[in-house]
Amino acid sequence: MRVMAQMGMVMNLDKCIGCHTCSVTCKQAWTNRAGMEYVWFNNVETRPGQGYPRRYEDQDRWYGGWTLNRRGKLALKAGGRVKKLFGIFASPVQPELKDYYEPWTYDYKTLVDAPLGDDFPVARPKSLITGEDTKITWSANWDDNLGGSQDHGHLDPLVEKVRRESEDKIKFAFEQTFMFYLPRICEHCLNPSCMASCPSGAIYKRVEDGIVLVDQDRCRGWRQCVTGCPYKKIYFNHKTGKAEKCTFCYPRVEVGLPTVCSETCVGRLRYLGLFLYDADAVTAAASVTDPQDLYDAQMDVLLDPHDPRVQADARAQGIPEDWLDAARRSPVYALAKVYKVALPLHPEYRTMPMVWYVPPLSPVVDLLRDQGHDGEDAGNLFGAIDALRIPVEYLAELFTAGDTERVTAVLRKLAAMRSFMRGISLGEDPDESIPESVGMDGQGMYDMYRLMAIAKYSERYVIPKAHLEQAHDLEELGCSLDFDGGPGMQDSAPFGEASGRPVPVAVDTFNALRDRQSTDTIAEGAGLRGRVNLLNWDGRGAPPGLFPDKGPQPDTLAGAEDQP
Amino acid sequence: MPAPGAALATEPGAPVVLNTWDTVLWGVLPYVMVVVLVGGLVWRYRYDQFGWTTRSSQLYESRLLRIASPLFHFGLLAVIAGHFFGLVIPMAWTEAVGMSQEFYHFNALLVGGVAGVGTLGGIALLIYRRRTTGPVFMATTKNDKTMYVVLTAAIVFGLFTTLASVFEGEHGHNYRETVAPWFRSLFIFQPDIAAMAAAPFTFHLHTLVGMALFVIWPFTRLVHAFTAPLHYLFRPYIVYRSRDRETRGRGWSAVGTPDRDTRNR
Repeated sequence: MRVMAQMGMVMNLDKCIGCHTCSVTCKQAWTNRAGMEYVWFNNVETRPGQGYPRRYEDQDRWYGGWTLNRRGKLALKAGGRVKKLFGIFASPVQPELKDYYEPWTYDYKTLVDAPLGDDFPVARPKSLITGEDTKITWSANWDDNLGGSQDHGHLDPLVEKVRRESEDKIKFAFEQTFMFYLPRICEHCLNPSCMASCPSGAIYKRVEDGIVLVDQDRCRGWRQCVTGCPYKKIYFNHKTGKAEKCTFCYPRVEVGLPTVCSETCVGRLRYLGLFLYDADAVTAAASVTDPQDLYDAQMDVLLDPHDPRVQADARAQGIPEDWLDAARRSPVYALAKVYKVALPLHPEYRTMPMVWYVPPLSPVVDLLRDQGHDGEDAGNLFGAIDALRIPVEYLAELFTAGDTERVTAVLRKLAAMRSFMRGISLGEDPDESIPESVGMDGQGMYDMYRLMAIAKYSERYVIPKAHLEQAHDLEELGCSLDFDGGPGMQDSAPFGEASGRPVPVAVDTFNALRDRQSTDTIAEGAGLRGRVNLLNWDGRGAPPGLFPDKGPQPDTLAGAEDQP
Repeated sequence: MPAPGAALATEPGAPVVLNTWDTVLWGVLPYVMVVVLVGGLVWRYRYDQFGWTTRSSQLYESRLLRIASPLFHFGLLAVIAGHFFGLVIPMAWTEAVGMSQEFYHFNALLVGGVAGVGTLGGIALLIYRRRTTGPVFMATTKNDKTMYVVLTAAIVFGLFTTLASVFEGEHGHNYRETVAPWFRSLFIFQPDIAAMAAAPFTFHLHTLVGMALFVIWPFTRLVHAFTAPLHYLFRPYIVYRSRDRETRGRGWSAVGTPDRDTRNR
């Protein structure tokens, strides 16, 4: 057994209102750059819907993820090493820009500059790729709130599948449609197929926290990772010619802050915490024959942080004590394995994803309420979950490789919690029969309610900080996408766009920036321990430490002023 | 400098007069080229890892690329193999295994011609695509344009020497008696300038353009060829990066050493 720590996320889909705040703040933080206009490390999809890029879940077309070969061994669906190398000159299956969308801006200048005339000036949409006038036909969330579903709702690959299997039961008449939102980031998988597809070996998983990153120095732009990732969460930066992906906001997570998408989530639906898992068991778990067994296999890989044997092994692997403590308090472990309400997205891709979802009960409740029933009565809810075959089948395609019983069990737990807590809120005696009917006890259900409904900041985010003695190693591991004015920002360097040396992300740059943002005096760099961060120097005066300490010398006029 | 007799041996009876130009072009320039190529590659590898990429334009357009790019690249691989066969393997060796001159030439022309035409067709299609597809053309830098000119010239002149020998037939020039010995002599630092000087102008032109290509190579997007990911065949699928492995590299200090700022105090 080789115990490793993994940062994971759980999203409670019941709370997602589809406001896209996570997407926008993520975009501002990470992909607001030339070459990344079309890229959303975090996007929110309306389901049913095609998603982004369009129909990415149709693996008969995109060949993402893993499959079992004839001998029952795990193999890349798009082909093995030799096949990949032969296809390297023109990647055979790769989404084009039209599968994402052509990013655009508007010609706002015309509104101000247009000469006086009879007509109102119009800000025409301009393509950010060609600079020409463009016709906007699609975007990352074009089918938001089921917009246009009558026309292309049937293009959702899951709808197609469920429909095929249930003989046209899904109708897209609006009154019959259920809808929910699915925010997606990189899954930071335990068995990432993007990593396995990378010919250069530039994609790596951090031993310390399991975050999957692209080494921008090692990536050579062979673009096989885009094909390899079944979630299509690796993007090709068309300016730098390098692959980029969600970083799990590692500079924030390293200092104990939640990711930008989590921090800014209006619905407070995201949970961050640690999993402990057995790295040696991953391949075997991803190789089980029946896709519907993958969920159980994945659960078995996750280790119980309260188990003394696991703890001893973890210590032997060098996992620090405060990380073990964080693992014991981990909300994601609780939701995934203790309460068993969080499910992985598309386990059938065999990548062992580490971003989990609590499936939404709201469509069921809404339907009951709309039909005039009591939508929070346990009996009604249980009955409705069993009766509403289509939503359950659809959710099962998303989260359990089609195993409807598993989804039903989760929804029943959520229904039970709702009903049980309503009783308590109304001042009734806790009805222990409700938790018992879903295999829980009253206290456990109350704890689950605390975590899911109250969702205190400190309980939602249990993020152990990176250790100081690891800081050097973490900061220069080689994923440096995120600094302004760096090589990635230049239009044309001597060797083509964006050549040059990237500047590493430093934890203390972040701290200095935070100091500067939260202070009302000029930046003085008090927290820099004698160093100067010129990035944050506002140019006024000479900050202490700009010049080396002159040591014990007779005071000169200038020197006397500088003494603190 | 090689013994003058070496040149006489290749072209018996032909009076060979070596002038300064010959010495510079075939005795000095190749080494300058190697120094720039190797030095440039080392320098770029050390200081411009971030710019070291294919800069693929497949995201913009893939219909033409799907045909043109493999045609060009596989053609080029065959061309490189042909150059190896023609330049590195001495004529005496092929004759020793019973390969007649006629058979060698027939093969070289057939395979070399097909590979050359494929490569040229590929790059022509790639340039057409680059010029006519808006986004691809916008992503083309001056650096790229210069590179395309030199690369295309090298292919065109090279293909011309091959095709010319088809029409010249038996009177065609046998480069295995001039260019190839010169090429091999470069590696033992005894450049056979006279042999190369005796080759026709078309071969000189192709060689010069080829050297120009190698000189600009490290400074263009062509560098991606030197990181062809053959190690993919042997590496494990899942890559973990541990701090232990990383810290052994240049410029890394082991875990537990004092922090930089305290160290400098």
